[in-house]
Amino acid sequence: MDRQGNAPPDDIPLVLAREGHHGPVIHAANRAARQNGINAGARVVDMRAICPELQVEFADPAGDRAALDRLVIWARRWCPWSVRDGENGVILDTTGSDHLLGGEAAMLVEMETQLSLLGLSAQLAVAPTWGAAWALARFGPVRSVCGPDEVAINLGALPVTGLRLDAETMLLLRRLGLKTIGAVMDVPRLSLTRRFVKAKLAANPLMRLDQALGKQPEPVASVDAKPRFRVQSRLAEPIFDPTPYLPELCENLCETLKQAGQGCRRLHLTVYRTDGDVSHVDVATSASTRDPAHLHALFRDKVARINPGFGFDLITLEAGGVEEMQEAQHRMDGSADDDLHLTRLVDRLSAKFGPRSVTRPMLRESHIPERAEGHVAALAALAETAVAPARERPLRLLEHPEEVRVLYAVPEGPPAQFVWRRQTHRVARYSGPERIAPEWWKDRPGTRLRDYFKVEDHAGLRIWLYREGLHEDGRGGDPRWFVHGCFA
Amino acid sequence: MGSLRVEKRLAGQGDHPWTIPHTLSEAFPETAMDAAAVGFVLSRLPRTNAPVLWIQDRLSRKETGKPCLAGIGTARPIIMVDLSRASDVLWAMEDGLRCRSLGAVIGEIWGDPPVLDFTATKRLALRAEAADTPCWLIRRAASADLSAARDRWRIGSVPSAPHPHDAMACGLPRWSLDLFRSRRIKPGKWVAEYDRAADRLYLASAFRDGTLAAGDGQAGQRAAG
Repeated sequence: MDRQGNAPPDDIPLVLAREGHHGPVIHAANRAARQNGINAGARVVDMRAICPELQVEFADPAGDRAALDRLVIWARRWCPWSVRDGENGVILDTTGSDHLLGGEAAMLVEMETQLSLLGLSAQLAVAPTWGAAWALARFGPVRSVCGPDEVAINLGALPVTGLRLDAETMLLLRRLGLKTIGAVMDVPRLSLTRRFVKAKLAANPLMRLDQALGKQPEPVASVDAKPRFRVQSRLAEPIFDPTPYLPELCENLCETLKQAGQGCRRLHLTVYRTDGDVSHVDVATSASTRDPAHLHALFRDKVARINPGFGFDLITLEAGGVEEMQEAQHRMDGSADDDLHLTRLVDRLSAKFGPRSVTRPMLRESHIPERAEGHVAALAALAETAVAPARERPLRLLEHPEEVRVLYAVPEGPPAQFVWRRQTHRVARYSGPERIAPEWWKDRPGTRLRDYFKVEDHAGLRIWLYREGLHEDGRGGDPRWFVHGCFA
Repeated sequence: MGSLRVEKRLAGQGDHPWTIPHTLSEAFPETAMDAAAVGFVLSRLPRTNAPVLWIQDRLSRKETGKPCLAGIGTARPIIMVDLSRASDVLWAMEDGLRCRSLGAVIGEIWGDPPVLDFTATKRLALRAEAADTPCWLIRRAASADLSAARDRWRIGSVPSAPHPHDAMACGLPRWSLDLFRSRRIKPGKWVAEYDRAADRLYLASAFRDGTLAAGDGQAGQRAAG
């Protein structure tokens, strides 16, 4: 059985397995398997004993969830508010949309048809509340439609599983003999309150009941679907260079953004080639903007990288990273805000050289010199926590410390003479040592401590030199000497 | 943007020795690994908290390391641009000089790339003067051939001043400054002593010239005259 979208034959018992505490357990089973008495939650080895011809595949919950998320967006064709419900459901708020599809019953038929065209089987229900729809879809009659007054009647006959409770509470209710939702409804409210007053929502039948009956609100918080800002230009003939069309596209896009009071952080330029292929160019800005000239300039060197093939006849420009943008107040004297110029400079540099080459160094909490500095994006907001070390630090730090050859070692202090980069340096004066111990919470156990010296050679060059380790410290051989930086 | 907010007041005026529009200057370290040129450039920058655009090419970065924030201090933010080619460095410097909110532009170029010719430096100089932003080219392992830079310095380290408390330790750094070409002030040679705590540069003539011995302001005025 491969995962190529080929459905297995219906008469083969097939289950999906997931990892349980004691080996794989059944995640889902197809109809043939269910008829053989195989249910979700049982162990695969036990079920193999019942049904030797059982086929087992491993479940892919993350993939299922992603597919369901895509389906949520796809379901927006029927109504604007949709959200994923747990691991296996989609909730649509069809209030005010059903009459467009000929009423609720017709809408359910339409939905089932469309979903089956996608190759999906679905159980559908319409109800006034989320909880009631959940229960009716899973345990109610096929395509049940429940009016606002019939919730209590329709739910009453359903098993108590329809209340979306966790397993322990289900077990408890079953032990109490409450088998249907109606039975739970008949229990005096005071008793339920007393018993479940501290229980969380998933373990509280009273709250779940209130949600299902509409006594407690449970709105559909639709996953955010921001409007798409997109302009396109359809060309009469295939062309090879989109450059002449870019300024107008940028202006149109910025105009729509401006009307919506939004700015964008990314731009996606897509060209649709005549041979059926598409090519993309993406640029990004460091602050949200809707300045057409600036956005256009970001594409300056990038359009040349588009592979035009046999030419393209459709160009679209889409804004990504859209966010609210207030109209910036320019200064009274007519000059523009300084920050704005800086963001544009950073954008231009990042667009040309890549965002990794434009950074801002910042101090970090560490005694090890090479760790005391980090790099963040050039315009990132900094948390000013780290303070500069009290001891003097060099102006330049080598990317990697360079080992030097010691010619005349002295027992205390730095070497009297050493060779670095094939030049002999005679130490005239020095200060130190400053001992920097390894950071045991980060370094490997064998890391040696460092003694830093500021040395000045006979010519005046001031070098930051360190000795790695001590004699007989049991962490390797003799200490080694490295140059790490240069003082002014 | 947090601490990158720019405050660029009339910088470099008043107590600064050279109260003239900012422009392009070149610094040639005497040896490649000498940080004196970096120290001198940093001491010359106007005292604002406007960010510094610092552009390095690959060889400068590999051979002489990166600016160390702990040593430079966090008074002004630095925007580092790590590039590989000299032509990119020049492009980024020119682009940076179009931005008026920068406190300074520092470029480091290794050797004598063909793109760094008279025309390129002329463009940089004109842009720097138009934006009134100090622009420094630190050129290591380079020959001082034709260039439009308004000031050209040759900078090296010399043994430091005696330490007031410890005879074995290094004191305030001393640099040998050689302004070998300038359009604005009279070229000359000095030995400078930099007091980092006070952010002051004390100049003394490398030659025994009595007029220069009196202090930094005198030296600046004399050089400017």
